[in-house]
Amino acid sequence: MATSVEHPTAALKVQGLRKAYDDVIAVDGLDLEVESGECFGLLGPNGAGKTTTIEICEGLLSPDAGSVEVLGRRWETDTKELRELLGIQLQDTQLSEKLTVDETLTLFQSFYRDARDVGDVIDTVELGEKRSSRVGTLSGGQKQRLAVACALVGNPQLLFLDEPTTGLDPQSRRQLWDLISRFQAEGKTIVLTTHYMEEAERLCDRVAIVDHGHIIALGSPRELTESLDISHLPPPEPRKTTATLEDVFVSLTGRTLRDE
Amino acid sequence: MSDPRPVEKGTSALGKRVPFPLTEEQRARELRPLKRRGFMNSSMAQLTLVRFREFIREPEAVFWTFVFPILLAAGLGIAFRQRGPDKIRVGVIGTAPTSASVIASLKKDSTLVVESYDDSSGAKALRTGKVALLVAPTSSNDSVRYVYDRGRSDAVNARVVVDRAVQVGAGRADPVRATDAYVTEKGSRYIDFLIPGLLGMNLMGSSIWGLGFAIVTARSKKLLKRLMATPMSRVQYLLSFLASRLVFLILEIFTLLGFGHWAFGVPLRGSLGTLLLICLLAAISFGGLGLLSASRARTTEAVSGIMNFIMLPMWIFSGVFFSSSNFPTVVQPFIKVLPLTAVNDALRANMLEGVSFAAVLPQMIIILTWGVVTFFAALKLFRWR
Repeated sequence: MATSVEHPTAALKVQGLRKAYDDVIAVDGLDLEVESGECFGLLGPNGAGKTTTIEICEGLLSPDAGSVEVLGRRWETDTKELRELLGIQLQDTQLSEKLTVDETLTLFQSFYRDARDVGDVIDTVELGEKRSSRVGTLSGGQKQRLAVACALVGNPQLLFLDEPTTGLDPQSRRQLWDLISRFQAEGKTIVLTTHYMEEAERLCDRVAIVDHGHIIALGSPRELTESLDISHLPPPEPRKTTATLEDVFVSLTGRTLRDE
Repeated sequence: MSDPRPVEKGTSALGKRVPFPLTEEQRARELRPLKRRGFMNSSMAQLTLVRFREFIREPEAVFWTFVFPILLAAGLGIAFRQRGPDKIRVGVIGTAPTSASVIASLKKDSTLVVESYDDSSGAKALRTGKVALLVAPTSSNDSVRYVYDRGRSDAVNARVVVDRAVQVGAGRADPVRATDAYVTEKGSRYIDFLIPGLLGMNLMGSSIWGLGFAIVTARSKKLLKRLMATPMSRVQYLLSFLASRLVFLILEIFTLLGFGHWAFGVPLRGSLGTLLLICLLAAISFGGLGLLSASRARTTEAVSGIMNFIMLPMWIFSGVFFSSSNFPTVVQPFIKVLPLTAVNDALRANMLEGVSFAAVLPQMIIILTWGVVTFFAALKLFRWR
């Protein structure tokens, strides 16, 4: 624990991660390192192992093999401390519909030693007008912002967002992007999964493309797009001078549909 | 749309990296003891408040917990209320020469309702239960025949009353003069039996439904998993259900017993402290059963099935609406160890007989044992995600 400031450690360090369910190997020897202060994106088709990986990192699943180090700590020994330091948004949590926005956040706030002010967090996610509304009456985008607010209220050092913008309209999506950028501007770390390449290009300092339970490409969006030879791209997009991250993604993971 | 990040997208974030482990300042903050909060902002109070809010914002739950038992008690109390002695309906075959004098004798007894039949309609009235007994006068003044079913207690009773009326009508004088003084003993009526049973059933229902449904709903909506991702204490989470149950428990006891007491004069003969203790133990014990029902189920459909499976036998066997002594002797030991039987027996002994604390101790031990065993089994089996 006595690492000095001159040798910064990764915010998240994953080595040889493996996790199998009854009939399928979800994560198959995955290595990953996320720098502190970085916004890191995990991309991959459905069923690639993104959510399993992120839930192992969040301490919600235990791996079959491999090691996870979060903020220099391990789940085996520092669970309590880590719970205080992480902000988590899960893919399909439905918060209690009968509670108001304010009540929900006050509840989550009460769990943390060093929580943020509920009013501040509500302002951060721009839910001020909905403060006294029941969760059941919120729109999809508002619910999602509330979910992120629940992750922020504990004043986390590291934020895990699992598909935070799936199903949102462009306005809500941009609102969330701003929010994530502001969080990062405070010097904190974000690990997110997404299906939107535009989102990854815009938000992420680095991305990892995951398929069949391991990482098949890693780098900044620019590094990845520049590495792709665009002459092989199919005809609808010949006018481009460089590839988009979407091109990289599809050329790596193929065009076959992956239904979960 | 403003973009607060001037840096070009996709560049490395190394420039604005924050060192880990935490800086001294961050570490100091992290190790700082729990920020002083008001009691209402403590996690225990907040979790309990959430239970409250979720309950009172669910009108159906409020109805089934508070209104339904009262309606049930009122309905059954009125249906089975104490009336004057039932009239006994008897038939007389009106074709015999002495029929008229027999009818005249019977009509002098105000508890009898007398109707005249011919042979065939009389037989039919007896067969269909319209009359309890058929009097068949003969041609002679000194004999009469009663036709009735010996297996029916109301018919046997009718035989006694009718015979007395006939004998008195024919001139019999009683050697001893008797007068009657009527009493109605509170505590022995059906409503007196019913109210403790309804209270027991209600304690069972609201504990098991209250815990089972709320927990499985949270699990199926992944809310439980989300809460597990916070520093929330699992023990506090479970305790919050208990804490909110206890508050509603007081309300439940008050409304149902208050209603029984004021509307029907149901007695409260035992110590109120013991009564509350029985209810408290019952709520905790059924809470354990609710927790156990909810420990694995992933869907509310599944948990509803489990809860009904647990509660249905007790609704039938544990003496809610009728005494469990109606069941054969062989099954009595099994019925006695059911938690609801123990609760109902203890409540009735306390309220109706006014027995001491020591007298309900065996029931208390049964209730407590169920609570402890189910609670630990539930903790062992509980699926937190």
